[in-house]
Amino acid sequence: MRDYGVFDILGPIMIGPSSSHTAGAARLAKVAAIIAGEKIIKVEFLLHGSFAQTYKGHGTDKALVAGILNMDPWDENLRESFEIARSKGIDIKFTETDLGDVHPNTVKFIITKEDGHITEVTGSSIGGGNILIFNIDGQNVEFTGEHPTIITQHRDLPGVISKISSVLYEHNINIAGMRVYRSGKGKMATMALETDSLISDELMNKIRHIEEIENVKFINPITEGGI
Amino acid sequence: MFVSTGIELINTCEKENIPIWEYTIREEVERSELGRENIIEKVRKNLHVMLSSSSLAQEKEIKSVSGLIGGDAYRLRKYADNGTTLTGDFMVRAMARAISSSEVNAAMGRIVASPTAGSCGIIPAVIISAAERLGKSEETMIKGLFTASGIGIIIAKNATMAGAEGGCQAECGSAAAMGSAAVVEMMGGTPEQALDAAAIVFKNIMGLVCDPVAGLVEVPCAKRNIAGAVSALTTADIVMAGVKSKIPFDEVVWAMYKVGRQLPPELRETAQGGIAITPTAQKLKEQIFSEKNTL
Repeated sequence: MRDYGVFDILGPIMIGPSSSHTAGAARLAKVAAIIAGEKIIKVEFLLHGSFAQTYKGHGTDKALVAGILNMDPWDENLRESFEIARSKGIDIKFTETDLGDVHPNTVKFIITKEDGHITEVTGSSIGGGNILIFNIDGQNVEFTGEHPTIITQHRDLPGVISKISSVLYEHNINIAGMRVYRSGKGKMATMALETDSLISDELMNKIRHIEEIENVKFINPITEGGI
Repeated sequence: MFVSTGIELINTCEKENIPIWEYTIREEVERSELGRENIIEKVRKNLHVMLSSSSLAQEKEIKSVSGLIGGDAYRLRKYADNGTTLTGDFMVRAMARAISSSEVNAAMGRIVASPTAGSCGIIPAVIISAAERLGKSEETMIKGLFTASGIGIIIAKNATMAGAEGGCQAECGSAAAMGSAAVVEMMGGTPEQALDAAAIVFKNIMGLVCDPVAGLVEVPCAKRNIAGAVSALTTADIVMAGVKSKIPFDEVVWAMYKVGRQLPPELRETAQGGIAITPTAQKLKEQIFSEKNTL
């Protein structure tokens, strides 16, 4: 039996009409945009299942674009996201597709940045505004964004994970969960590491400077008004 | 950890001599790192959004994104202002509040999912209307929201609050049950009475299907928020008069969940049954999506 708290029942505060099709979509896109990084110029949204069938009526399209613009699921500007994206010169495109045997509310983001770099992120809106990101650039990686999350792409060598955890220990940060995915021994590995407390800029810098790390992203949770 | 059943909730509250709202706050303090004050402030924030969503569409006509619904909260408020209602000023204003939040939600405005976006009109309408009627403060409304959450936690543990899983009885039904229990505590009723109210609400809505026209949270959802709010408020009076539920809350929740699972998928939010497949609904669906496609 799952344990529920008050705010699993009451909330989130959100822009309607649907926690899964609107609030969850905005949350997914916000995390995808953080993973891609700044200076996004173009996003293609591949919509699957119920997202593909009902996205217009539920404002899923507006919510997705709002998330890319770094808006929160309760931001009243969400409705105007298309106009805001246009004014910022961000090109958007929606494609209805079949992403295979995945949750009905799934979207794949293909995000192009100013320097031509392309990031692909796939995730699902799994109900009540909650999300699950499960693929980044073709690599399987699962996290929900409920906890502060560190995503690394690093060379699969002995001691890399220990270096990261030592930095966390220095900052007195507890690891809530950790998963490592790799294409093969000694090749590139992806790690999703969830912590119990927020990740500071100082900590981010220290992890960024670990030698074997090629790429690292920090995702602090999207919570209402910082409480 | 929060108790798992209604009977445990009654026993724990009796033993500690506290209402459900107090037990719910204490458990939240235990499980989260926020501290009592922050937890209360977070619920206050929810209440403020509820106050706004339940009044916005009464002040001016708000149309949904699809154009399917809108203006009904405004109509009800004007009707109450004219003073010639059958069920009284209190009830008509409660109805206006309930549908106001639903209209705001469908127009991509800001609401609190309580427990879901589709049922977001019920709890604000009953708690705000009851507080106004009883002359209660904001603090009492916040207590009411904790009572509602406490009941919701037990429903979520034993059943479901998602229309896709259990039909509208699980979604608007849960909201109304939670709201009714909250109003009972706001009126000074015991935890046992609060659970009796929740049980009676569920019994009266049992079997209600989820059949949204065009798959949108608009028709018949918005008016079902009115119906849920009315049921929550009238049931609070039934219980405060001394009427008990013959079947205990826990067994009613079990039955509700079982009925939900017995509903065919067509009647669980897929828009493939019930009101959603009536000729008029089909026509509306075609209109909405043909217009949208030309955008």
